[in-house]
Amino acid sequence: MNERISGSSHQAGASVAEASAPDTNVPVAVRDLTKVYGTITAVDHISFKLKQGATVALLGGNGAGKTTTIAMLLGLVMPTSGEVRVFGADMSKNRGAVAYRLNFQSPYVDLPARLTVRQNLTVYAGLYGIANAAERIAYIAEDLHIEPLLDRPTGKLSAGQKTRVGLAKALLNAPELLLLDEPTASLDPDTADWIRRKLREYAETRGATLLLASHNMAEVERLADRVILLHQGRIIEDETPAALIATHGRDTLEQVFLDVVRGRGKHAPEPADRGAASTRKAS
Amino acid sequence: MSTASAHASGAEPVLMPPTGVRASLRRIRALVRRYIYLLRSSGVRLVELIYWPFLQMLTWGFLQRYLSETTSPLAQAAGVLIGSVLLWDILFRSKIGFSTTFIEEMWSRNLGNLLISPLRPYELVAALSAWSVIRLSVSMVPVAVAAYFFFGFNLLDLGLPLVAFFAVLVLTSWSLGLISAGVILRYGLGAEELAWSLAFLLLPLCCVYYPVSVLPDWLKPVALALPPTHVFEGMRSILLHNTFDAKELWWAMGLNAVYLVAGYVTFSRFLASARVNGTLLRLGE
Repeated sequence: MNERISGSSHQAGASVAEASAPDTNVPVAVRDLTKVYGTITAVDHISFKLKQGATVALLGGNGAGKTTTIAMLLGLVMPTSGEVRVFGADMSKNRGAVAYRLNFQSPYVDLPARLTVRQNLTVYAGLYGIANAAERIAYIAEDLHIEPLLDRPTGKLSAGQKTRVGLAKALLNAPELLLLDEPTASLDPDTADWIRRKLREYAETRGATLLLASHNMAEVERLADRVILLHQGRIIEDETPAALIATHGRDTLEQVFLDVVRGRGKHAPEPADRGAASTRKAS
Repeated sequence: MSTASAHASGAEPVLMPPTGVRASLRRIRALVRRYIYLLRSSGVRLVELIYWPFLQMLTWGFLQRYLSETTSPLAQAAGVLIGSVLLWDILFRSKIGFSTTFIEEMWSRNLGNLLISPLRPYELVAALSAWSVIRLSVSMVPVAVAAYFFFGFNLLDLGLPLVAFFAVLVLTSWSLGLISAGVILRYGLGAEELAWSLAFLLLPLCCVYYPVSVLPDWLKPVALALPPTHVFEGMRSILLHNTFDAKELWWAMGLNAVYLVAGYVTFSRFLASARVNGTLLRLGE
């Protein structure tokens, strides 16, 4: 069972005090994290911890705060308040100390199109300080079935091939923490299934921690052993997929997700709130 | 599988220490290698590097030849215009090399990958600086050789001061490159125009083709506060009067140190601001 600090700040209580002592063995410890852009609160006082070897999904609709949360975990975005620690390092101040222990893949971040796959992987092997770069690239290429692509320009690959190459880059340093932003977006079902199998295999054989942001419920059900459900920047659920489905009295995670984003079932507004909402609408 | 055989087969990466000078140099080298790959991937880019400075040199070289046949002894001084063009191109090409390489990372939506890797911002700056010098050499050496063959102008006639001129101009270009990169980081590719135009702001102010004495009095302090002005004054002094005032170059170096620090602080502040505003999430869009 993963160690959790669930829900928003007022629920965190004693667990927040626990999280205040940095632990270099904890892959991710997020405490009371908030990000405000102008007048928009993208992430609203969230707290959670990830245990080593866990595969956790950040689930939520568009604008729920998934990408901003991952960006803060990577040190790409600074929190407005709160704290992100990765292997004990404060990512706002000391990202460099742990950057070599994590990696990231997203279809929205590219590798330079003009370079061949091998050249791109060689550059990243240098950046991550991999001494046996040639052997490592050959091994990963074989494992991810991208050997025939190694000497082709990255920009000329199909979406599925680019995803596999992106994954190769993300696995080069054998990260202990792998962050994924919609890892199978725009892939055909067969390729998506293959990628999921590879991710599962990687997490199991390495004992690595995976955090993925996804819209794909089947993917989350298959990969994640824990789901953090975000809505309007807040954590509203933090459970195993099976427990989430059970507590909502639904058959699939997709139905749970729709309940949440449409404000139905367990997350339906109280009658007073509904009255206020209709008043707001009328006015 | 034993650890040794896992390393040999590539099943396990052999990770080198992530901190220290050697780690920094390794990351800088990796990034410079990326830029070399990029240049090698396109013959057009390589030709383009030489094409524009070559055209400039030809145009000004023929003008110089025309002036030397028809006008005053001052204008006849061998190579003043060609020298100005070549030195200006050192500043301009180095600045463009720094800025466009940085913009290239944004165009290719690769900056996110770089900024989450162990690469530190100062290593990115060091790689861009090193690359601007390599790119400049590829661009300027053939053009300087061509200037000798076409017009008998030997840049090396400037002697040892040429090394100092080169250093002053390259350092200034880095300061300008840092400011451009910072602004683009903060405001996105919409501010790209700045990368192209910032160096041109210096063209009239740092007296590339005329002495400081022709400027109005109120503009002279501005010109003298710019390091390249001292380079162009120095070059004219050598070519026209065969004299060289080293004090001017020391002054230019001192100014450069101030501008470089200011450039790096600007870049760092804009990078921090981009992290706060979330601009890094939207780069390349």
